Amino acid sequence: MRFNYLIILFFITLLSVSCTENDNNSSTDGYDRSSLLSNVVDNIMIPAHQNFDSQLELFESAVNSFGQDRSISNLELMQNQFIEAYKAWQHIEMFNIGYAEEIFYASKMNIYPANITRITQNINSENVDLDGNSNQFSAQGFPAVDYLLFGLGETNEQILNVYDTDNNLTFGYLNFLVSKMVNNTNSVINYWEINRQSFINSTGNTSTSSLNKLANDFVYFYEKGLRANKIGIPAGVWSGQLPQNVEAYYKSDISKILAIEALQASADFFKGIHFGESQTNGEGLYDYLAYLDDTNYSDSSMFIGLEDDIIDSFDNSMIKINLLNDNFALQIETDNMKMLEAYDAIQQGVVRLKTNMLSILGIAVDYYDADGD
Amino acid sequence: MINNLSGYFKQESLPHSLALYRIGFGILIMFSLVRFALNGWIETLYLEPDFHFSYYGFSWVKPIGVYTYIIFLICFCSALFVTIGYRYRYAIIILFLSFTYIELMDKTTYLNHYYLISCISFLMIFLPCSTYFSVDSGKNIKIPQWTIDSLKFLIIIVYIYAGLAKINSDWLIHAQPLKIWLRAKYTIPIIGETLLQKNFSYYLFSWGGMIYDCIIPFLLLYKRTRNFAFFMVIVFHIMTRILFPPIGMFPYIMIFSCIIFFDNDLHKKILDFIRSIFRFKITNNEKFISDPKSLIRNKLVIPILSAFFIIQILFPLRSILYPGELLWNEQGYRFSWRVMLIEKTGYTTFKVVDNSSNKFQLIDNMEFLTPFQEKQMSFQPDMILEYAHYLGDTFKKRGFNDVSVYADSYVTLNGRPSKRFIDPKVDLYKQKNDLKHKTWIIPIKDEIKSLL
Repeated sequence: MRFNYLIILFFITLLSVSCTENDNNSSTDGYDRSSLLSNVVDNIMIPAHQNFDSQLELFESAVNSFGQDRSISNLELMQNQFIEAYKAWQHIEMFNIGYAEEIFYASKMNIYPANITRITQNINSENVDLDGNSNQFSAQGFPAVDYLLFGLGETNEQILNVYDTDNNLTFGYLNFLVSKMVNNTNSVINYWEINRQSFINSTGNTSTSSLNKLANDFVYFYEKGLRANKIGIPAGVWSGQLPQNVEAYYKSDISKILAIEALQASADFFKGIHFGESQTNGEGLYDYLAYLDDTNYSDSSMFIGLEDDIIDSFDNSMIKINLLNDNFALQIETDNMKMLEAYDAIQQGVVRLKTNMLSILGIAVDYYDADGD
Repeated sequence: MINNLSGYFKQESLPHSLALYRIGFGILIMFSLVRFALNGWIETLYLEPDFHFSYYGFSWVKPIGVYTYIIFLICFCSALFVTIGYRYRYAIIILFLSFTYIELMDKTTYLNHYYLISCISFLMIFLPCSTYFSVDSGKNIKIPQWTIDSLKFLIIIVYIYAGLAKINSDWLIHAQPLKIWLRAKYTIPIIGETLLQKNFSYYLFSWGGMIYDCIIPFLLLYKRTRNFAFFMVIVFHIMTRILFPPIGMFPYIMIFSCIIFFDNDLHKKILDFIRSIFRFKITNNEKFISDPKSLIRNKLVIPILSAFFIIQILFPLRSILYPGELLWNEQGYRFSWRVMLIEKTGYTTFKVVDNSSNKFQLIDNMEFLTPFQEKQMSFQPDMILEYAHYLGDTFKKRGFNDVSVYADSYVTLNGRPSKRFIDPKVDLYKQKNDLKHKTWIIPIKDEIKSLL
């Protein structure tokens, strides 16, 4: 071999070191990732955000009406609108991406149980900074508002009484929390309006590509937001039973409704069903998996296919959650076995999403970095 | 036969090959260590975790806090000394010990090429690599031919075993795991959307890889095919580098190591080239005397290296001693040149039970493991067991009596539907952490036919 030839090969080797993958191009694996992304963004994520925004603004105006006229009927109006906004929230918690991730939007909206000590402190102090300190997460958002609307007394008369007698401090804090929620939501929606197209265009397969983020966040929401927070932790799967840790503990009888909303939102996202139009089905992870999954091993002949297997686990979880009491805290105290069964059903979905789905999609779990062979 | 053999051991060669190998090996190690440190991996892999997974018999090898940096520094300095050939014998011994120590600190980071570096550096302890082109070098003497051949032999073993491991039904008949991996590489320019999306490509790459590994050592050995073979070495390993970026330094180590197969002439030219770049003066003339007694004075060298190679040949075969499916059970999987063979993902959670009060607790793995450790633990039985023991011990300290630990574990292998992996009724805390067959792994029903 001529020596020059060797040097040339050596430089080719060096060049290849700097050869990195390009993220923002329109490459695909035969399956059109951008059609999946545009369906998820335009027909699910953005409409869900807009719906949440309008529910939240209705809630805000109910709070304003209550501010002007502290009546029982205005309190009830406010309470009812709170529930609607909380339900709408379940459809967007899984999209913790971009600006939402940057400002810890999901943490500021829904970390429970609410920290009553800190809320009481905040009510009585001036110039509260809710952004600078992660200890403040559980003193704001839905859980804190839940406490302020339902937890200040046994009856609505008692609650109304608190708002009448403390020189507006409690109402001031409520108003402050709601306006923060509205502001943060507007910023997030604004971010998506600006970045919608570039998000859809990012069809690569790196840790910062859109589908990788969506899939990772979806799995995280299903595992943590739904399975652990709503069911597992209060049911005492990890340690003792903690009925006071259910979602919307002070309203008390909507924990099941919220869990069902979250599960439905997860299943719809997976299937690609348009937000608010349960009959219209676009491209979702389901379709991508159906495209990629061609299981042909000998013991898999009876297997229905991963994508349908995952749907089965959603359906099964829905059946188990439907068996529960509207009030999870009550369910835990009377018959916790049913809670644990619901947990197990959801867990089957977590296993499939986290092992099979991510493996077949070729998507790495996004939070580590090391060599492998 | 005896005469032939002793005749072979008396054959001599010029020293350029080993000198070049010494320099290149040292530089590659230094480069690897710097890359490792710059990626922040000393912190994330060795300093941040509270718990480390140990190899059987090496539980005493652990990171030593901030002093871990000193081990890396020692390793780097010894690699530097190896490169320039200053006190070579001490430098290469320290390089072997410090690099192997780093490798043994945590099983999570096991990589075949780390093991390869340990093997090569162990072998190099016994080879006269610094008689020429080094600070140490004195008079120009010839070196035994077998010292060069021993390095070739090690490389041949690596390739052959890597090739034989690929002769299994998942790799050849289902083209897995390459099908999963290559299909996800659609952003690679030119081939990403075309070649890598075609079914025949997965078979082409799978069969090609297997055939390459099995025959490349022979093509490198014969002079007539050597140039072509080396070209293939470069193409193959660069391809793996582009397709699988996490493979890290492995391709460069293999490409460089294969240069050893060329004649001394080429090695001399490369050294002359280095000399001309750095304007080293030729202090001694290029006349080499035969002085067989001055090198390899110790009679133990050949027996030690014979034992080393017998182990190298037998150790990768130890998986035969275990019943069950190797790719699923991973008993005898490491240290056997099984490279890029499986796409395996697991999800494993644990329940710790206090039998005296029937109190139990499910474990949030994030409390004890880093995400990388959790990922690796979730599908490797020996790590699952070691972690279960750690959990049991930890909860004993936290006041649990009569502790049991159970695993809820699901694993997917090469795109199969995920299956339960560990018998959920077996108390792992009562299972011994040894090299015996692990009866509590639930066998995979699907048979994977394989040669090894």
